[in-house]
Amino acid sequence: MKNNHQNLSSWGNYPKIINNVINYTHGSSLKNIISKYSNFIPFGNGRSYGDSALNKNIINMKPQNYFLHFDDSSGLLHIQAGVLLSEIIDIFINDGWFLKTTPGTKYITVGGAIASDIHGKNHHIDGCFSESVQSFRLMLPNGKILNCSHNENTELFRATCGGMGLTGIILDAKIYLIKINSIFIDQITVKANNLIEIFKAFETYKEIAYSVAWIDCLAKKENIGRGIFMAGSFNDDGDLTYDKKKKFNIPFTFPSFFLNSFTVKIFNWFYYQRVRKSISKSKVSFDSFFYPLDQINNWNKIYGKNGFTQYQFILPLENSYKGLLEILNKISMAKKGSFLAVLKLYSESNENFLSFPMKGYSLALDFKIEKDLFNLLDELDKLVIKYKGRIYLAKDVRVTKENFEVGYPHIEKFRKLRKEYGLNGSLTSLQSIRVGI
Amino acid sequence: MSYILIIGAKSDVSKELARIYARNNYNIYLAARNSLELSDFANDLSIREKQIIKCLELDILDFESHTSFYNSLLEKPFGVISVVGYLGRQEVAEVDFLEATKIVATNYLGNISLLNIIANDFVKRRNGFIIGISSVAGDRGRKKNYIYGSSKAGFTAYLSGLRNRLQKHNVQVITVKPGFIATKMIKHMATPKLLTAKPIDVAKQIFISQKNNKDILYTKKIWRWIMLIIEFIPEWKFKKMNL
Repeated sequence: MKNNHQNLSSWGNYPKIINNVINYTHGSSLKNIISKYSNFIPFGNGRSYGDSALNKNIINMKPQNYFLHFDDSSGLLHIQAGVLLSEIIDIFINDGWFLKTTPGTKYITVGGAIASDIHGKNHHIDGCFSESVQSFRLMLPNGKILNCSHNENTELFRATCGGMGLTGIILDAKIYLIKINSIFIDQITVKANNLIEIFKAFETYKEIAYSVAWIDCLAKKENIGRGIFMAGSFNDDGDLTYDKKKKFNIPFTFPSFFLNSFTVKIFNWFYYQRVRKSISKSKVSFDSFFYPLDQINNWNKIYGKNGFTQYQFILPLENSYKGLLEILNKISMAKKGSFLAVLKLYSESNENFLSFPMKGYSLALDFKIEKDLFNLLDELDKLVIKYKGRIYLAKDVRVTKENFEVGYPHIEKFRKLRKEYGLNGSLTSLQSIRVGI
Repeated sequence: MSYILIIGAKSDVSKELARIYARNNYNIYLAARNSLELSDFANDLSIREKQIIKCLELDILDFESHTSFYNSLLEKPFGVISVVGYLGRQEVAEVDFLEATKIVATNYLGNISLLNIIANDFVKRRNGFIIGISSVAGDRGRKKNYIYGSSKAGFTAYLSGLRNRLQKHNVQVITVKPGFIATKMIKHMATPKLLTAKPIDVAKQIFISQKNNKDILYTKKIWRWIMLIIEFIPEWKFKKMNL
């Protein structure tokens, strides 16, 4: 296998560091490879936003991407961890199979999906990705391979799902797909004038499989929290012919000034106004509903060469409205614009030690990296803590140890497990060092 | 659906060829030594492309086994692509005849042995294609690799004659002449990036050439012109050169 010094970066293109990339290839001995390194982190498709998959030594596990077996009576799919969710969709959707949980991009690896315990627009009903994982095999730094499931090596399972790659290298996994009968989603769109109306929409449509809201985070005063709410469920028309659309490509990194509070304000206004009716129904392809940004290759380049970060936090249900109001107010006053502000409703947290979701609402905001941004985010952290919420590691690049650990009651269990399995010093990331896990 | 037989299926180019043809609705025979090592690859490809991918044991150097190998294929392939090749070490082959034999037997004799059998069968049914991966090294012998080069020169002439013979029987024969391809075979050599093709691109070009009924394919295409220039150098000049 070839090593090279490269700039493998995350989706946010920040930070940019020089790393030693070790490319795993089929036929090579992973055990021998990792025995040579300390302070390494596995890397999938690089779609986490921050520094969770960045370190001095990076093991590129994407080549570990064979499909192993599919049982079409139970929907159980056995794949190596480097397989992309997009590949699973491409192969199985025409036969009426889909992922039980999918995030907003399909270009992540199965290993990454487990490591971030990702969730989608249906967490309020179906929970996290780990709910569809039957088991996976994990290689520890000493080369030992363990089978982990809800019943076997349970603690390790709970540490690995959401454990940001810090428990070992996920080799392969068995996940359940769900049966669908159409590639189309019946979508309901609600135009909401403020946050109360957004919350009302989530409440009204909480029995519907998938829901999400886009928020204009620069709206002020009586318009705070205005946005577009969308809910959807799979149609039943039997149409499973999926034709992949040609993607639009962002060919170069935009100049940093392109996205500023002025341009974002304009975009947000247009985006909000394009929905004319207060309630409307439509039939859209699953691709547009679940993965609107995937149709633009390299959309992260729009943020300029300094990159961007996504600030995603979640608040418990009882504090969600008040907390969101105060946070949105602070953001619009700071004039730091995000044209992507996404709100979702969640159900209870699971037993995984570092899994992000809890019963309540989460808001995700993209911010260009610029002066004073991190000061604003530190202040937002204080509000998140005040309202008993927490930060999502898969998006984070700057949260402090103190502000992070307050939100995760099981963090000591995670730290203890890392110690027990001798993981400290072998598996680390820039994020794990900063956040002390 | 029809089968494509890939001989020497472990190479990077072979795997990319298997992917392309499977994606285009062909079943695949993957023939190689220790072919079980290909079973994970074959299984993955069969799930991805929903085609039948079979691993078959074949030793190109075991000439006597070639007839029974071909007879064992219940469904005969529509197309055959021979990717077997052994670069060998020139300096060893110059003094050790065993090394020279291995080079010539793999690249030339083994191909003759197997492709003769296949060609004779294809003549009877009057359709299909045979593709041989030769090399630009066969276009002119040079001191750095003339034992390898001469085996490829022989193979190129064989394919040319075969093409001539099979033309009236409606069987297509293609000669592929790669320059440098970024594979395991040359991983010890530093080759100029502009002249070095990627296995996936070579496979795509082979597929397109086969569909378009081409006879000879240079890959990368620029090698066509490089070799034209090299062939024009008069021998009195060439023999003094250090290419």
